[in-house]
Amino acid sequence: MIVGQLPILQVIVPLLAAPICAILPFRRLTWLIALAASLLALAIALTLLDQVLSDGPISYLLGDWAAPWGIEYRVDPLAAFLLVIVSALGSVIMLFAPTSVAREIADDRIFLFHAMYLLNLAGLLGMVVTGDVFNLFVFLEISSLSSYVMISLGQSRRALTAAFQYLIMGTVGATFYVIGVGMMYMMTGTLNMADLGTRLPAVAETRTIIAAMAFVVVGIGLKLAMVPLHFWLPNAYAYAPTVVSAFLAATATKVAVYVLLRLVFTVFGGPAMVGLPVDQVLLVLGIVAMFGASAVAIFQTDAKRLLAYSSLAQIGYMVLGISFLTATGLTATIIHLFNHALMKGALFLVLGCVFLRVGSVQISQMAGLGRRMPWTMAAFVVGGLSLIGVPLTVGFVSKWYLIQAALEKGWWLVAVLILLSSLLAMIYVWRIIEVAYFRAPGDDVLQIREAPVMMLIPVWILAAGNVYFGINAQQTIGAAQSAAAVLLGSGG
Amino acid sequence: MTVSSVPPGLILIVGALLLPLTVGAVRSAVLLALPLIALAVLWQVPDGPALTIAFLGTELVPVQGTTLGRLFGTVFLIMAFAGGLFAMGQKRNTELVAAYVYAGSAVSVTQAGDLLTILVFWEVMAVASGLVIWSAGTKAAYRAAMRYMMVHLLGGVLLMAGIAGYVVETGSLAFVAMQPESVATWLILIGFLVNAGAPPLSSWLPDAYPETSYSGMVFLSAFTTKTAVYVLLVGFAGSQVLIYFGLYMIFYGIIYALLENDMRRILAYSIINQVGFMVVGIGIGTEMALNGAASHAFAHIIYKALLLMSAGSVLHMTGKRKCTDLGGLFQSMPLTATFGIIGALSISAFPLTSGFISKSMISQAAFDEHLAFAWFLLTAASAGVFLHAGIKFPWFVFFQKDSGLRPPDPPGHMRLAMLFFAVLCIGLGVFPGPLYKLLPFAVEFVPYTVPHVVNMLQLLLFSGLAFFLLLPLMKRTLTISLDTDWVYRRLGQRIAEAVLTQGGALYLGFRQAAVRRVGQAIGLVFRVTGPESVFARTWHTGNAIMAVTAVLAVVLALFFF
Repeated sequence: MIVGQLPILQVIVPLLAAPICAILPFRRLTWLIALAASLLALAIALTLLDQVLSDGPISYLLGDWAAPWGIEYRVDPLAAFLLVIVSALGSVIMLFAPTSVAREIADDRIFLFHAMYLLNLAGLLGMVVTGDVFNLFVFLEISSLSSYVMISLGQSRRALTAAFQYLIMGTVGATFYVIGVGMMYMMTGTLNMADLGTRLPAVAETRTIIAAMAFVVVGIGLKLAMVPLHFWLPNAYAYAPTVVSAFLAATATKVAVYVLLRLVFTVFGGPAMVGLPVDQVLLVLGIVAMFGASAVAIFQTDAKRLLAYSSLAQIGYMVLGISFLTATGLTATIIHLFNHALMKGALFLVLGCVFLRVGSVQISQMAGLGRRMPWTMAAFVVGGLSLIGVPLTVGFVSKWYLIQAALEKGWWLVAVLILLSSLLAMIYVWRIIEVAYFRAPGDDVLQIREAPVMMLIPVWILAAGNVYFGINAQQTIGAAQSAAAVLLGSGG
Repeated sequence: MTVSSVPPGLILIVGALLLPLTVGAVRSAVLLALPLIALAVLWQVPDGPALTIAFLGTELVPVQGTTLGRLFGTVFLIMAFAGGLFAMGQKRNTELVAAYVYAGSAVSVTQAGDLLTILVFWEVMAVASGLVIWSAGTKAAYRAAMRYMMVHLLGGVLLMAGIAGYVVETGSLAFVAMQPESVATWLILIGFLVNAGAPPLSSWLPDAYPETSYSGMVFLSAFTTKTAVYVLLVGFAGSQVLIYFGLYMIFYGIIYALLENDMRRILAYSIINQVGFMVVGIGIGTEMALNGAASHAFAHIIYKALLLMSAGSVLHMTGKRKCTDLGGLFQSMPLTATFGIIGALSISAFPLTSGFISKSMISQAAFDEHLAFAWFLLTAASAGVFLHAGIKFPWFVFFQKDSGLRPPDPPGHMRLAMLFFAVLCIGLGVFPGPLYKLLPFAVEFVPYTVPHVVNMLQLLLFSGLAFFLLLPLMKRTLTISLDTDWVYRRLGQRIAEAVLTQGGALYLGFRQAAVRRVGQAIGLVFRVTGPESVFARTWHTGNAIMAVTAVLAVVLALFFF
């Protein structure tokens, strides 16, 4: 009985937990609620993934209203995969959170942080689970608004301007999206994704629909910080509390990529898109992001900002994978959603440990940390290697599929560019490793102790995940492949 | 997953990582035992795939028994053993751990049956060998290590692109013989050649190796270039293009070694020169040529390590590395000098040394294939080897003028390591049978025939004569006075002098220009992407919105038209 309700429970659990947290000003208690809600969401997501992979997509009708009129929740392999990514990363990060949050967020606001986190989680999960483009907009706004608040909780006053800028940009993006949705609704009279997918081809040639596509792609592009729509991201990640940066980097951009995939393939029909250069636009922007953002990352002095730019470059890889419009390319993108969540999650959590002990994440302040915080920095090395794409890590699996996808199309140049950009990743990762391991520690660093075990455990769960899923990639690859097949099948 | 063997390279790698837990006699024992255990395991690997792992829908073969793999694995492990013995006195663990991981990865490459495994250990080798260089602890070593790693990781990138393409083309990861015909196989070949020290990137080797500690270069000389020789032997035997690469490397090595003053840099150039011989052999591709290349790699690892141990001992005891600062050391370091000379004779392919029984096979193969130009050049190069490595190194370091330095011979374990390799050099030269048995093809070659020996001796005699006649030129300080009989030789000398100085000046000029250009390029990248650039600075929100609108306009325009 309860099993049939899982798709809605996936969203409802964190959504209801959020107001409970908001009225209980006890930070230990609200933390427990947030952690429990995340773990419950993870359990639901894993069950759903299991069901979907064995029995096929699940359709859930909200309030039993039939599909095109009522809101449909639809869980296919791709959605289930994303649900697992989001709730798993949320759980691990919540496990990590208490000490880090106590250091970076004012005491009297911590319970509000937990409430916002839960709202954000609910929004992200809702965006994934829904099969309705307008309902997606609602969840998009829920997650966006809560993330503005979370970013503004950062210690530095600059967090406020960063949050404000993100608010403006995010709202513009959402507006573009909803304008596009409005145009589609005008032409087809439906908001259901699958229904749109069947009705759009008939009117695809019209200016209205073409304009709608442009608005939607640019709007979602803003949310996923596709270069050159990335202005908000570096500051937001750099000035937000580290836990928030970790959560947003690991999940929010992933969900935005998911939405792009959904719209391009399920709604617009993917490869069948009539003569529009969406793939070329994505190809060019992806490559620009890979190189431009990596080059910027190399020159950063703040480790969090460096990772933020690295995220932009990694998003470039995902966008590139989409632009191939092939099964292998999509597999590469989808597997990278998971893999990048693992690496960035691990790396940002490491910075959380560093901030706790050092009080700063300036690279120059990290001299000699390799000896003072061996476990923390070792996790950084693992995450960094994965980011570069060294074999035996998840980064390699992603890179391998992406290159295969490029070569399948005979695009040698693109394949070489992918590899060259990974050399840039090596440079910026190396900059931190060099400072941490090869520089003599300053006087203040000598006082520093290793981070507490309760923080190291979640860090190492993610670091170990980077290696485990790098070696034993069958499961994740299998899930990504069936997700890619669904996208191409339903779109084709 | 079927297992009939533990990966021998992994024993070395895992053991090395445990090394910091040990001290004193235990540490020494572990250092010496690890390569021997790995060697014992290596010889238990049966022919054919011995360990397979399913990965990403294909099958990896990390351990596979082959004749060639066993030959190279064996010499790598012997090398690790002697190197461990030689470097035992290093107080800090960094270099030894890195060197053993490096050696273990090299062994793993020789055991690998698929391209992905090769790639993995290829990259580990690059990082581990970079760490060996870095562990010398000087600023110069640090920067050299950085440059070194950049070149090798770039090579790794090309290799990976090639491998990915190869998989798309053939659907198989198995590492088997291929030809440079498609983009993919070309990229693989280039990736391999980068590690072999082939042009145009040869200079990474003489740039980085001499910056290592006294023992570090002993390790470095053995593995990177020789694993490249191994993979070329398996993958690209008989590819004509390799003959030209090899010949270029041979003469590149000789010319720069003759110009060089740093004793270990002379030996570094000579590595490129010697690997050139092997690459030519692989390019010729007949059974005898391949046997020659394989056996020459085996012999070369041992005598080059011996030479570098001798040079390393000098560096360790005197702290000096320039030929002009050294000289006359035979008086107080007789053992080191003797071992150095044995190594020098071997590299010059003197009869009764290991070089003789291996290198002559390659020349003979060129001769048998009627590759006249290759044969001539190889013969001329043999004389050149004697000049730059056979005489120049021992002469300037141990004899020549008296520098006044009187350091004693190095500590016992270093002498022992040199003795071990000196015995091997001569042992292989006198009894080549056991080595010949290890080669991939049956050996019909008889090294000790009267014409071979006489030819070689004549060649060595005349080039020795030439060295001492040209000695003033080599020093490049004294003027030379010659008899009228020697007019034509003087002309030759003028030409040689002009080529050497002009070539050197050209090279330096090119290098300066290249450095300047790279500096300019980095400046440009910094202007475009540095913290103050348009790309990286924080935008005013209004401007950002303008930019977003512009993007929307562009996308709309693209979609409409």
